[in-house]
Amino acid sequence: MNIETFVQEFAEQFDEIPAESFAADTLFKENDEWSSMTALSVIAMVDQNYSVRLTGDDVRKSSTITDIYNIVLSKANA
Amino acid sequence: MAYLHIKNVVVKGVSACVPATVQENTGLTGIPAADMEKLIKTTGVERRHIVSEGVCTSDLCFKAAEKLIDELGWDKNDIGGLVFVSQTPDYILPATSCILQNRLGLPTDCFTLDISLGCSGFIYGLSTLAGYMQSGMIKKAILLTGDTSSITSSKNDKSTYPLFGDAGTATALEFIDSEEGLKFHLGSDGSGYQAIIINDGGYRNLFTEASVVENTVSEGIARTNLHLVLDGMDVFSFGISKAPESVNALLGKFEIDKENIDHFYFHQANLMMNERIRKKLQLPEEKVPLSLRDFGNTSSATIPLTMVTQSAESLRNGKNENIGCGFGVGLSWGSVHFSTENLVVPDLVYHD
Repeated sequence: MNIETFVQEFAEQFDEIPAESFAADTLFKENDEWSSMTALSVIAMVDQNYSVRLTGDDVRKSSTITDIYNIVLSKANA
Repeated sequence: MAYLHIKNVVVKGVSACVPATVQENTGLTGIPAADMEKLIKTTGVERRHIVSEGVCTSDLCFKAAEKLIDELGWDKNDIGGLVFVSQTPDYILPATSCILQNRLGLPTDCFTLDISLGCSGFIYGLSTLAGYMQSGMIKKAILLTGDTSSITSSKNDKSTYPLFGDAGTATALEFIDSEEGLKFHLGSDGSGYQAIIINDGGYRNLFTEASVVENTVSEGIARTNLHLVLDGMDVFSFGISKAPESVNALLGKFEIDKENIDHFYFHQANLMMNERIRKKLQLPEEKVPLSLRDFGNTSSATIPLTMVTQSAESLRNGKNENIGCGFGVGLSWGSVHFSTENLVVPDLVYHD
């Protein structure tokens, strides 16, 4: 897995914000669209594409897309 | 891995009872309209049936059971067992199943048992009751499942209140020699016990004055320690991985061809979760009925309630191969395979 693809996949979970506005260091909770429903979409994407189970705490303690990516990476290799 | 094959027991009938009072989610005050629209889209829950003050799960189950026993034409004196699965019992003690034995007019040599489970409760209840029956000494028995989660959820908590509805169900089991019976896969993971929890009022955290103080957790989420706490993200993540895993384990172990299954009844958690589960298992929509739009998540009642409200016609006529799968609070999960023939399914019962 690589961070560029992951940022792209992450960005696809947002309906209203264009994908180009997302980067690895984007603070993904600091926009109007982020909600607990978007969080579920991200969890579903990670489950489908990486077979990794993200927990509520994983999402809560993350600020940037890189933070989430690193958790997925460590769980995928566990 | 816990697998069970309980032979010689057949599901003969299923009934469900809901409160007559309907609450529309769009009518809830305190949640902004835009948020509610998004919530309905994601969860799929548009409305729920909720009990009026003083009505308990046992009251709903009682009505469902009376109707079912009547339509089956069973003599109550033949009923040798009653299991009540709920997390909203009448009292902390005695067990509600004892009260229901008397209220339903069942014989006093009927065994009764309460089981404290929610979303997986129907599957566990079936396995328990069928297990008691398989030797043939108990010929007929009743499983009652349900909850009144509208009481346990805080009205000021958008993360729980709009999701849960109230319902009580009854399922009739009969011993019939040399029948194929029921097949199960069951599992638990207590490391996730805090994902769905009511913190106070049990014996770990006794009821105190502080238990009734409402705390604001975040915007749109205020509750007391006697209210249900739901970590939606944890539960979602758990559900979309465990439910397909459990169904696949059941199909694999017992060499069941999923093409031959007529109905897959999943616990009704929320639309996004249920759709994920369906797609992971590559099941066609028409084989996976949903009842959550009009009833919400009714805990251990979801599977029988879906059978009654979404596929009664099919179940009443001829043979059906059915899979049920429940997953949630505990964390606990389970799947069952059972065949039915001309199942007795009374129309949905309403409680005033």
